[in-house]
Amino acid sequence: MLRFLLSRILLLIPTFIGISIVSFGFIRMLPGDPVLLMAGERSLTPERHAALLKLLGFDRPLWEQYLGYLWKLLQGDLGISLKTKIPVAQEFLTLFPATIELSLCAVIFAIVLGIPAGVLAAVRRGTVFDHSVMGTALIGFSMPIFWWGLLLIILFSVTLQWTPVSGRIALTYFFQPVTGFMLIDSLISGQAGAFKSAARHLILPTIVLGTIPLGVIARQTRSAMLEVLGDDYVRTARAKGLSTVRVVGIHALRNALIPVITTIGLQVGTLLAGAILTETIFSWPGVGKWMIDAISRRDYPSVQGGLLLIAGVVMVVNLIVDLLYGLTDPRIRYRS
Amino acid sequence: MSDAVIVSDARKGGKMALLSEFWDYFSESRGAVAGLVVFVAVCLIAIFADAVAPYLPQEQYRDAFLKPPFWQEGADPRFILGTDAVGRDILSRLIYGSRYSLFIGVIVVTISMLLGVTIGLLTGFFRGAFDNAVMRVMDVFLSFPSLLLALVLVALLGPSLTNAMIAIALIQQPHYVRLTRAAVMSEMGKDYVTAARVAGVGNIRLMLVTILPNCMGPLIVQAALSFSDAILAAAALGFLGMGAQPPTPEWGTMLADAREYVTRAWWVVTMPGLAILITVLAINLMGDGLRDALDPRLRRS
Repeated sequence: MLRFLLSRILLLIPTFIGISIVSFGFIRMLPGDPVLLMAGERSLTPERHAALLKLLGFDRPLWEQYLGYLWKLLQGDLGISLKTKIPVAQEFLTLFPATIELSLCAVIFAIVLGIPAGVLAAVRRGTVFDHSVMGTALIGFSMPIFWWGLLLIILFSVTLQWTPVSGRIALTYFFQPVTGFMLIDSLISGQAGAFKSAARHLILPTIVLGTIPLGVIARQTRSAMLEVLGDDYVRTARAKGLSTVRVVGIHALRNALIPVITTIGLQVGTLLAGAILTETIFSWPGVGKWMIDAISRRDYPSVQGGLLLIAGVVMVVNLIVDLLYGLTDPRIRYRS
Repeated sequence: MSDAVIVSDARKGGKMALLSEFWDYFSESRGAVAGLVVFVAVCLIAIFADAVAPYLPQEQYRDAFLKPPFWQEGADPRFILGTDAVGRDILSRLIYGSRYSLFIGVIVVTISMLLGVTIGLLTGFFRGAFDNAVMRVMDVFLSFPSLLLALVLVALLGPSLTNAMIAIALIQQPHYVRLTRAAVMSEMGKDYVTAARVAGVGNIRLMLVTILPNCMGPLIVQAALSFSDAILAAAALGFLGMGAQPPTPEWGTMLADAREYVTRAWWVVTMPGLAILITVLAINLMGDGLRDALDPRLRRS
């Protein structure tokens, strides 16, 4: 197991270097003078320009600049946001819990609905139920979620006025963040109604972000179940006289879940991409909206840092999925 | 001489038989056929937009701002699906918009497939250090959420439809690389490849003529998937203001314009998204049918 762990971690190093080169190259590839770009709207005297060029290291050879960037990176220094003057890493870390909270809720939503739907569809293969579940799943999978979000806002926020349109919690509540997760913080704060407000803000974004994973998980669960249900050991379990619930729920589902878990892991990139859209629609103060704002404000250090950190998150989550996979299936562990 | 004729005849017959066998499997799924019908309809609408659309997409009717669709009160009978905030006919804009979406899909799939299949063929064929290096680069591509990388590329190149297409194509090509490489590697070990090699077939012919046709199944399925992905991604970029720019009647861009009318004019928001959903759904239905028809493992005997 240790060897497996080490080999997987070693494989990350070239990927990480690649990611750092991409994010390093980003500012250098921008058309125009980097110093002027970094300075933003302010005007610069020629002397100040030359001083900044030297200070930011743009006068040195590229490889030297890259090594300097990497060195700072390893110390957690990702530069300073042009807009807020706050270190990029710090800004990312304050906003990231909002994105994690939203993504976790979306994944849970997708799993809780998707796996039972997929299992039932497989068990009742060919029935109306199966066809309607699979049809719905395909619609979810094909959904332009930015439009889906707008539709839900029209229906639930504007027409029925059940849910708020944007943000994480009503402005009347204020408390210091402890965990960064609004659902937990609002409970800790003990303020009456705070949790309810946070939950109501979370419902629509969760549905919107969870829609595509829901479709993917339901489809994957169904096909994995169908494959397993035809296996000999399932027939044996049935022949032993075990109840259908036991055969399907315990014997078959356990093995069918392996590809489903992989699918869920592979959804991390999709989730973060979806978070960009979902957060923009609902003004959710997470890293997705922050990235969009940074891009449209030309806040290049923030874009650069966000790019690196988000790719880093995807990389680490993929590693964890890989390790979990190796943990559940020894064949993978010993293959290499 | 006559021998040659017979051989080519047999080949032709074989192709036809393959095609009809494929159609048998494909048409088994009603969803796939429905998807195909809708997709062909969208293609026809795009081609004949000038004849089908009642108005020009940028034509403004200053006496008809935000008119609802025909079944609602206050509708203007001239505009079946209503008008937007500056008095443009929504139906006409949707019809012309189909051109952009299909164009985006075709261009993105062509670029990413050509690029990805070429790289995949080379890496799968030659293996070694070259293969290792290229695959690490692809890993890097794949660790960025696709939309994010497209956004950043567009931020670099400047927002426009062309740049959005380039960005999406670059992001999709690693999938083709992986698929082609895996397929090539599994074909390489087979006897017919060895036989061709022994017969003195050169590397290029071996790659393109001998091996590639046998790897096409998964690639065709991937092409359908990435066609719908490209339409969705381009619409998302348009929605975020990073794709086609107004007043282009691209569906995502239309949605971006419509956002401020969420509370007042539901049709301005609903129609473009519905167009995206129907098109993407039709292509995905076709993709499912293609996969079932091309993947012998999934065939029910």
